[in-house]
Amino acid sequence: MNISGSEAVIKSLLKENVDTIFGYPGGAIMPIYDALYNYVNKINHILTRHEQGAIHAAQGYARVSGRTGVCFATSGPGATNLITGLNDALIDSTPVVCITGQVPSNLLGTDAFQESDVIGISMPVTKWNHQITNSSEIVEILSKAFYIAGSGRPGPVLIDITKDAQFSKTKFRYKKCEKIRSYHPYPVLKSEKINDAAKIINQAKKPLILVGQGVLLSKAENELIKFSEITGIPLASTLLGLSAVSCDHKNYVGYLGMHGNYGPNLKTNEADLIIAIGMRFDDRVTGDTTKYAVNAKIIHIEIDPSEIDKIIKTDVAINADAKEALIDLNKIVQKNSHEKWINEFRKCDKLEFDKIINKEINGSYDKLSMAEVIHKISEFTKGKSIIVTDVGQHQMVASRYYKFKEPNSNITSGGLGTMGFALPAAMGSKIGNPNRDVIAIIGDGGIQMTIQELATISQYNIKVKILILNNNFLGMVRQWQQLFFDNRYSFTEMKNPNFNKITDGYRIKNKKLEKREDLDKVIKEFIEYDGPYLLNVIVEKEENVFPMVPSGESVSNIRLE
Amino acid sequence: MKKKGLYQLKKSDNKIKEYTLSVLTEDKAGLLNHITIIFNRRKMNINSLNVSTTEITGVSRFTIVVHSSLESATKVVKQIRKLVDVLAAFLYEEHEIYYQEIALYKLSTKIFLKGDLVEKIIIRKYGAKILKIEKDHIIIQKTGTKVGTQKLYDELKKFGEILEFARSGRVALSKKKRKTVNFIKELEKTKSNKLNI
Ligand SMILES: Cc1ncc(C[n+]2csc(CCOP(=O)(O)OP(=O)(O)O)c2C)c(N)n1
Repeated sequence: MNISGSEAVIKSLLKENVDTIFGYPGGAIMPIYDALYNYVNKINHILTRHEQGAIHAAQGYARVSGRTGVCFATSGPGATNLITGLNDALIDSTPVVCITGQVPSNLLGTDAFQESDVIGISMPVTKWNHQITNSSEIVEILSKAFYIAGSGRPGPVLIDITKDAQFSKTKFRYKKCEKIRSYHPYPVLKSEKINDAAKIINQAKKPLILVGQGVLLSKAENELIKFSEITGIPLASTLLGLSAVSCDHKNYVGYLGMHGNYGPNLKTNEADLIIAIGMRFDDRVTGDTTKYAVNAKIIHIEIDPSEIDKIIKTDVAINADAKEALIDLNKIVQKNSHEKWINEFRKCDKLEFDKIINKEINGSYDKLSMAEVIHKISEFTKGKSIIVTDVGQHQMVASRYYKFKEPNSNITSGGLGTMGFALPAAMGSKIGNPNRDVIAIIGDGGIQMTIQELATISQYNIKVKILILNNNFLGMVRQWQQLFFDNRYSFTEMKNPNFNKITDGYRIKNKKLEKREDLDKVIKEFIEYDGPYLLNVIVEKEENVFPMVPSGESVSNIRLE
Repeated sequence: MKKKGLYQLKKSDNKIKEYTLSVLTEDKAGLLNHITIIFNRRKMNINSLNVSTTEITGVSRFTIVVHSSLESATKVVKQIRKLVDVLAAFLYEEHEIYYQEIALYKLSTKIFLKGDLVEKIIIRKYGAKILKIEKDHIIIQKTGTKVGTQKLYDELKKFGEILEFARSGRVALSKKKRKTVNFIKELEKTKSNKLNI
C-alpha cells in the first residue's frame, strides 16, 4: 500500500527508533505535522519556542544519550533559525538530523513565499545535506541521513523536503543504511602504528594524556582508565572531554585550556610525550602553537583523518576509533608508574589552590562568587549531575569547579561558544536522560538569548534546574576589557529584567539567592525540588576567572592573577 | 626524549608550487558548491577548475589547479575527502600527471591576407588547427598547457585583433597504471578509509 511522503517520514523515524522530535511547525512542513498527529502515541514531539531552541535541545538530547537528535522546522525563517545550532553541532561533533519543509518543487528558485536556499546556506555547517523533491526518495535518504549523522565522527545532517514530496504517495519499505561507497567512517587500525606508539610510550619519562570528546563518543572511558592505570600516565581533559574521567581518579590532573588548571597547561611544555585522544588541538587548548608541547613527541589518536597534522604535527598518528586503538594499546604497553611526574602536577594544584581556589570557594568576597556556588552544587550532587553550561565566565567556572564523576555529564557549546545554548540543551538533556539530574548553568546575558524556552519547560514540565549566575555584566567580555582593553567597559553592563518575575510569568518555581548564609539551604532546595526550578544567584559583579592563558600566548604563560 | 626531525614540517613543504587535485565524486547537485566552499574558507584561489562526467555512469571528476604550499594543499585535500559524496581525492605535482587545456581563438578572416602565416605559425609551430572558417571570422583550436596556448595568443595578437578567446580548465590523468572502474569497485568492497587508498 502506498502512503504519503509525510507518513513515510514519520515511519522512517520510528524505524530509526526515534522517540523524541524537537520542532516548530509552519506552512511548508504542515503535511509532516499532519502525519505526525496520527503517531502521537508512538513518538514524542516537543514544541519549542524557537527553532534555535529545537536544535540545541536535539543536541543536548544527543550528547547525553549518544543517540541522534531529531529536529523539525519549516522553510525559510524556520530553517535559517537552525543555522547556529547546525554549526554548533558540526564543530562539536554532535549527531543531529534536521528535517525542514520546503516550498513545492515547481516554485524552487522563484523567490516564493518563505523560500530560502536552505541547502546552499547549510552546506558549510552540515556533515551532509540533501533536498528531496520526490517522495520516492524519502526512505532511502532518511536512512542515509541517520547513518551519516551517527557514524564515524558524528555531525549534523539536514534534509530539506519540498511540500509536493510530502504530499505525494510512495511505497514504504525501510532498509537501514549500512554502507555508502563514498563514505568510510571507520578507519582501519594499523597495528604497526600501535607498535610505534607503544615503543614511545614505554620510553617516555614525562608523558601526558589529553582526553577529548572522542573518548566519550567512542565510549572508551574504561579502556582509557585502564590505559592510564597500566602506564601510570597522568590524564588531562579538554573542555568537551570533561566527565570522561572521574575528577577524583588518582591519575587525573585537571582541565586544559585558556581557563583550565595550572598544572596541565604549564606541564604541557615539560612533557616529553603528549598522547592526544579524540581531541583536535583547539586554539583555546594550545595557545601559541609554535610554543606548544615544545619538548614532546606527539601521538594523536583520532578518527577523523583531516584532524591529523592539522594544527600540531604528529610523530605517530593513529587514525582510528579511540576505543579500538586503546584496546590494542592496552595489550602491549608496559606496566609503569610516573609518580614523581604526577607529584609535580600536585604541586601545581597546591599553588593553584592557595592562590585562587581557596579564596574563590571560601567566601572571601562581599557577594557570593560563581565558584562558591558551583563548588556547593558539586558537593551537594556528589558530582553526579548532568551539567549544561552556556558560554562565558560561568561556563569556565563550572568546568573548573564541578567535579564530574560520571561520563556524558558535561554538555556545553565548546567549539562555537554559542550563548543561548544551555537552556534549550538542558531540556534536551533531561529528555535524553530523564533518570539523571540536569542542571543548566547560565549567565544573565546568555539566558536572555533563548529565555523563551522557559515556556517549553513549563508546558512539558521538563524537570531541569536552571541556575543564573547573575553579575549584571557580559562577564567574560568585561574581564577581557579589564585585562586587555584598559578597563574600557564598552557595552558590557546590562540593566537586567527581574528574572524571578519573568519566571513567575512562565509559572516555573524560582528563587533569588543573594546571601551567603542562605547558600546551603537554597541549593539543597533547588536540587531536591521535583520539577523545574530557576535559581537567580546574585554574584560578585567584577570577578575574574583565573588561571588564564592570555589569548595567543604560550601555555607556559598561564597567569594565576 | 628530544623531538626528531623526521615528522617535522620540512622547509620545502612551505614552498608555493602548482598542484593539481583530481577528485572523483558521486554525481550530486551542489557538490561543486561544497568543494569550492572549502577553498574559499581558506582563502585559497582556484586557478583552474574542470568538472565532467567520467567513463563510469554517476561518477564525476573534478580537476582543480591551485598554487599553494604542500601543507595547505594536503589539508584541503583531506577536507575534500571528508565530504560524504566524494569517492576519492588525489593531490599531484606537475610531473605526476598528463594534463592538457584547450583554447579557442576567434580571428577575423583577414588573417588569411598575411600570407602563409596560418600554415607556418598556427599549424606547424603551434600544432593548432582551424576548427571553423566562416565568411568574416575563423576559429582556431589549440590544446596544450596554459603557457603554450598563451604563447599562441601573444603571437596571433601581433597579426591583428583577436576577436574572442576562451580557455578551458585543466584536465589531467595520473601517470599511475590504474583503472578508475576497478578503483571504484574496490571502494565498494573496502571498509578502509579513503585516506589509505
Ligand atoms: C551568540 C554569542 N554572542 C556573543 C558571544 C560573545 N561572548 C562570549 S562570552 C560573553 C559574555 C557572556 O555573558 P553572560 O551570559 O552574562 O555570562 P558571564 O560571562 O557573565 O558568566 C559574550 C558576549 C557569544 N559567545 N555568543
